[in-house]
Amino acid sequence: MKYDDIIHRCFRCGYCKLTEDYTDFNCPPYRKFRFESYSPGGRMWLIRAWLNGEVQTSKRFQEVLYSCTMCANCVEHCIFSFSDDLVNIFTAAREEMVADGNLPPTVRDYLKSLHTYGNPYKAPAEERGAWANGLSLDIYDDHDYLLYVGCVGAYDERGQQITRAVADLLVKAGVSFGILGSEEICDGNEAHSLGESGLFEMLARQNMALFEDRSVTRIITVDPHAYNAFHNYYRKLGANFEVFHYTQILADKMDALRLSRRTRETTITYHDPCYLGRHNGEYDAPRRILNACPGTTLVEMESHKSSALCCGGGGGNFFSDILGGGEESAARIRVRQARDAGARIIAVACPQCAKMLEDAIKVEELQDHLEVADIAEIVSKVL
Amino acid sequence: MEIYDSLCHIVGTNYVSCEPEDLFIYSRDSGAQAPRHVDFVVMPKTVEEVQQVLTLADAQKIPVTPLGGGFSLSALVVPQQGGIVLDMKRMDRIIEVNELSRYAVIEAGVSQAALRAYLKKHHPRLQHSTPEAPPTVTVVGNALIQGHGHITPRYGINSDMINSMEVVLPTGEICKLGSAALSPSWYTRGPIPDLPGLFIGWFGTTGVVTKLSMKLYPRPRYRDVLVFSSDDIDAIPEVIFELTQLDLLEDFFLITQEKPDWMNHIFYVVIVSAHFEEELALKINTFKNLGHKIGGGNRIRVVDNLHPALRTRFLDVPPKAAVAADFRKGGGFEYSAAILPFDKVPEAWRKGIDIAHRHGMIASYVHQVLTCHSIMFGFNYSFNRADEADIDAARQAIDESNRVTLDLGGMIWKGETGAQQLTMKKMDPNTANLIQKIKKAMDPNGIMNPGNWEVQ
Repeated sequence: MKYDDIIHRCFRCGYCKLTEDYTDFNCPPYRKFRFESYSPGGRMWLIRAWLNGEVQTSKRFQEVLYSCTMCANCVEHCIFSFSDDLVNIFTAAREEMVADGNLPPTVRDYLKSLHTYGNPYKAPAEERGAWANGLSLDIYDDHDYLLYVGCVGAYDERGQQITRAVADLLVKAGVSFGILGSEEICDGNEAHSLGESGLFEMLARQNMALFEDRSVTRIITVDPHAYNAFHNYYRKLGANFEVFHYTQILADKMDALRLSRRTRETTITYHDPCYLGRHNGEYDAPRRILNACPGTTLVEMESHKSSALCCGGGGGNFFSDILGGGEESAARIRVRQARDAGARIIAVACPQCAKMLEDAIKVEELQDHLEVADIAEIVSKVL
Repeated sequence: MEIYDSLCHIVGTNYVSCEPEDLFIYSRDSGAQAPRHVDFVVMPKTVEEVQQVLTLADAQKIPVTPLGGGFSLSALVVPQQGGIVLDMKRMDRIIEVNELSRYAVIEAGVSQAALRAYLKKHHPRLQHSTPEAPPTVTVVGNALIQGHGHITPRYGINSDMINSMEVVLPTGEICKLGSAALSPSWYTRGPIPDLPGLFIGWFGTTGVVTKLSMKLYPRPRYRDVLVFSSDDIDAIPEVIFELTQLDLLEDFFLITQEKPDWMNHIFYVVIVSAHFEEELALKINTFKNLGHKIGGGNRIRVVDNLHPALRTRFLDVPPKAAVAADFRKGGGFEYSAAILPFDKVPEAWRKGIDIAHRHGMIASYVHQVLTCHSIMFGFNYSFNRADEADIDAARQAIDESNRVTLDLGGMIWKGETGAQQLTMKKMDPNTANLIQKIKKAMDPNGIMNPGNWEVQ
């Protein structure tokens, strides 16, 4: 396995489980399961034991491996020099498991759908552009930017609402962009994180060929997962286009939007998506947008920026749900953190986070106190 | 499966495991000791659940090993005879902080990090004694193994800071000790018979501590570090005596490492704290002046231009000591911790270097002066976890270090099974028998972490 020359170096000291200031445990599977086996260090030791034949492939081991949300809290807070490779090590172990062909059923089903249909929803490819119906958006043709949507933003009903809000805002901000509509192809971020490197590479090369064919040089993504794939993984395959998350474009266009004051002052907290924050270091652009919205008071949750708690949907868990629910699930803890911060709205910049947190609010019965809104939706309300 | 079902009935299915993966993790720690068998891992949430688990285990004669952070490095909480590992980390409530009387009542699973963060947020004028360990280790576990923290030179080792406790006896009774036995205020340990002593230093062989009241102390606003260096091993006792004689220390380490070359000196790391800037400056200057006077000014010299990374390493609470411990970059570390009187340090220093060299290692020391009376002298061995021969060499070096400690008249802190057996063998026979009698009286079926503090 890749990285097997360093995997023994984990000391299991546990910094990886914590926030920057040690206030709380911040590793989603460890917080939920609490057995040391589910901590990053436990996972490291078990992967090594698995490679050595000391533990076997089992439902439990699969759960240990796939409940990890790849949120990179461990990468951020491990104090050793190999910290940058922690998520890469977990990905490499998943690749080994894929190669063995012995996967958790929900992971297997996700990958099968992606392979067969090109998306996890088993939906026809021609419906991929349905989110744009009625918006009069251009198909990409020599625009400044390609707006790349991703599977959740294209097929999921809630995701579509967010995508439409993003597209509408970009139009109003005067950004020159086009879309691919039904020709868009899955970015493959989740295939990568679930260990299906072959499928990921196939999707990446298809996308790169498509972008090259259309002369795409700059991409705006709705979804941080796609942003992460393009920004980090595609480049290793030779991609040379520029990629931006939509908040990075919008943050510099706020002056171009004619914002009006909210009728009521609203307290908002921002939930950092892992694939925008810890994985790619973008913490400020979303906050700049929110701070520019009249009538908005931005408050921080105790765990934020590099110490933000994941919503639980990363690393493929949005689809596979290996992490699962329960009172100590990351999403439920996160909405309680937002409530404790005094927020009325949790601002998100990721359709997957939006879905995870909205579900958690319902289970926590916080609907009367808290709602989730994408940043694009928040800005739209003050136009 | 009957036992498993009963445990699930007590704490819930989600918090009992006999899965091979969990047993693998709980059957070993980060030190050099060989893995040992575990049958169940159980994570209770309440004292009543602990009580029911112990009652079940006592009736079935199943060994129980209570686990805090599990970072003793000497496998103290890896069962020697299988059975149940009672992982206490779900009991993580900070129940009370009494600011005026300066104490905190916490459950057994509260980590150093959690208490420190809580105090910083809600009681910023107070602090607890934080050990030189990762922030995930538990406050209770550290106190019960007679650990020491960053304010130990001033206030004593962490077990001295215990006021009151709640314990579950092996036979299932729940007892409150110290002032908690007769008062809602858990503010003092005496003046009644010192029953908390029956659970301190016993490595979980007499019962399970579920709650603890720890003393809190004023948190000074300013801290700084001053480092002296020397190459005179024989002068160490005199230097320690003189530096501690000032009675102004917050923390005090002796550090060395043979590689890199710049580390190959004796470093005296003096940490001072103060409520006022002037007070801090006065203390620093006082120590500098003292350094010029000890032994006529020839014993130690001030290290100017201390590297910022070292300054951070010394002033961080807790420090990121794990990085320094992993100087072999092999993911393994264990140390034999000798509690020594100051006058024995030079001999231990030389013998430790000899042991390291004989096992092909470089010598590396981090010693913490505990109070004005003793030092924790750490014979440090970093090893490559992927190399069985290296691990074995570390085990042998630890055993030899243990023997040196006892030969010098020292005592071994939180020693692994072998160290405990050496200690029991050297101990006054009547004392060793008393330990056995107490254990038998408290734990008639011998279920609590058996194999520890036993005469072979």
